[in-house]
Amino acid sequence: MVTIKELAEKPELFTSGHRACAGCGPAIALRYIMKALRGPTIVTEATGCMEVVSTIYPYTAWKVPWVHTAFENAAANASGIEAALKAMQRKNRLGYEHVDVIALAGDGGTYDIGIQALSGAAERGHDFLYVLYDNEGYMNTGIQRSGGTPHGASTTTSPAGSVIPGKVQYKKPIAEIMVAHEIPYVGTASIGYWLDVIAKVQKGLDAKGPAFLHLFAPCPRGWRSETSKTVEIARLAVETCIFPLWEVVDGEYALSPQSKAIALRPEKKKPVAEYLKTQRRFAHLFTPRFEYVVKEIQDDVDKHWNQLLQKCNITVSVPLKN
Amino acid sequence: MAKVDQTVLPLNGDEAVALAAKQSDVDVVAAYPITPQTIIVEKFSEYVANGEVDTEFVCTESEHSALTACLTAALTGARAFTATASAGLALMHEIVYVTAGCRAPVVMAVTNRALSAPINIHCDHSDAMAERDSGWIQIWAENSQETYDSVIQAFRIAEHPDLLTPVMVNLDGFFLSHTLERVQVLPDEEVRKFVGTRQFPLVTDTEGNAVPFKLDPTRPLTVGPLDMPDYYFEHKRQQEDAMSQAPKIIREVHDEYAELTGRRYGNSFVDGYRLEDAKIATVCLGSVAGTTKTVVDELRTQGIKAGILRIRAFRPMPTEDIQKALVDIKALAVMDRSNSVGGNGGPLFHEIRHTLYDAETRPYMVNYIYGLGGRDMPPKIIQNIYKELNEISKTGQVKRLVQFAGVRE
Repeated sequence: MVTIKELAEKPELFTSGHRACAGCGPAIALRYIMKALRGPTIVTEATGCMEVVSTIYPYTAWKVPWVHTAFENAAANASGIEAALKAMQRKNRLGYEHVDVIALAGDGGTYDIGIQALSGAAERGHDFLYVLYDNEGYMNTGIQRSGGTPHGASTTTSPAGSVIPGKVQYKKPIAEIMVAHEIPYVGTASIGYWLDVIAKVQKGLDAKGPAFLHLFAPCPRGWRSETSKTVEIARLAVETCIFPLWEVVDGEYALSPQSKAIALRPEKKKPVAEYLKTQRRFAHLFTPRFEYVVKEIQDDVDKHWNQLLQKCNITVSVPLKN
Repeated sequence: MAKVDQTVLPLNGDEAVALAAKQSDVDVVAAYPITPQTIIVEKFSEYVANGEVDTEFVCTESEHSALTACLTAALTGARAFTATASAGLALMHEIVYVTAGCRAPVVMAVTNRALSAPINIHCDHSDAMAERDSGWIQIWAENSQETYDSVIQAFRIAEHPDLLTPVMVNLDGFFLSHTLERVQVLPDEEVRKFVGTRQFPLVTDTEGNAVPFKLDPTRPLTVGPLDMPDYYFEHKRQQEDAMSQAPKIIREVHDEYAELTGRRYGNSFVDGYRLEDAKIATVCLGSVAGTTKTVVDELRTQGIKAGILRIRAFRPMPTEDIQKALVDIKALAVMDRSNSVGGNGGPLFHEIRHTLYDAETRPYMVNYIYGLGGRDMPPKIIQNIYKELNEISKTGQVKRLVQFAGVRE
């Protein structure tokens, strides 16, 4: 296992000077990901916050080869790169024993517009790691709702009005969708736990074939949270089981240590309200008119948590609610 | 005379494309099936299945991903090829521009087919015309032989370090793609030798070092970044500058290939037939040129001085060649196999009229929209067009600027 001292000594391949907002969760995510590299790597990225802030010409924050082409095709970018590497290696023109390929995309570029390319690349079995940095909305274009925006969140296209309490729908179970592709590795991680993130990126890179990492990364601007609380909020999401940490390796589910601790000691599971209160995108849920939504969210979290415990073969600690 | 022995094979246009790509030692083919291009991907899949190629074949879930994969494969350093048609090209549209903007030398065959709606699988040129401003070089073939030859030439053109511009080779759906012809093919090793291996021009990285233009972990480059208004314009202008190098390169590659094979297509940009003393002529793209030549021959036996100019390179537009070829023409019909609805004529007409505006002598010009959705273009209709041109050349009267040929009205 890597130590923080060792990490500090590794070069920064996603460098400072980029234009991300104060307290940006995805920028923390990229720094961790780049600290986890194991050798020569090519990174490709979908259009989105991190692409925009890191590559404003003539500047770049990247010290690895990096390519962006469009919004909906990060996985297709990776497919082409991986195919080229394979072909050139066969023809002795590559010059490397192996080159890792990482595709990065936000929730809009993954849950919504990019899911076709992602599903296709997973089905074809390209050897690459896809990291979804999930900040739960189209933040770059001004905080619109995506398939990854949670129930009850107010965004500019799912505003909390006098009648409708923010986003009506629930988050799409994107990691489960990737599990259903039966790829070698699927994991969830939160930027609140750097060691876990790095370990999972490394596992994803080590996997032979497509690997998918769902990386939770708060956005203070879009979530209207304190810029100093990003990491804290990222941990609260795990502590409330809103965003549990787990992995599926070759079809086997396993909880990661932070979530396993809660599974074994259910009293440690915090109520969702604690998490929701840290973000003003949920502020309307704490008014009499919409307070029922908090219960809806709690029920949904409990249901999915219990389902996850079953998948991980852990005795259900909380009775299932209908 | 050809320098090398060639074999004659019975091939349709799609098969000729697949064979040319195979012989050009392509590293990555990423494609998605669509009629009438499907034979290309099917044929290529057979080569892969039989171990006849070393190519990485990526059978994508959409044309959008197919062109994307070719684009990033090319940026990684591979020779990349794809093929599509109609709705497939329309779905690629976004990435067609991105490929040119990233200066990725992808070669793509477009088996021209009508765009929906109504859905129609047959030939017209509206698919490629929708991409004419995208920054790709466009070559249009008259027959399967030219399709084969043009795909081989396309790799050399696209990958030329001074150009790095993607090339689209167009062939008429069904008329070429599904029609068997005698095609002379080169031995594999001759094609490989002709096409060569990819060369990478040097670019400056952020540290100020000169590095080869590809995604290479030891010499990292950031490709496809965000341009604000302070740089975007210059980068788009650079594409125009690169395109201005294209005529020289297209011609050099064509002439070198002609020496090897004995086959020439006009001067590589335009292909004139019996224009030397012609007074009336048509201008067209693609396979209709074959039928038109037969009509021209017949008219000549009647003493009518008819000719035809086929545009082979539509992008970049060979302005001076067109002006020169049509200098003595009195009446000209531009044949458009696509329409610009509400545009007062088809796209080829717009461009030819634009091109001839500055010519010393300008012919009378009319436009015919023909053959949409695979509608046949029989000699009889073409004869009537020349008849009208004859009339115009005598009277100087253009009755209707834009007409539809072969449609029920």
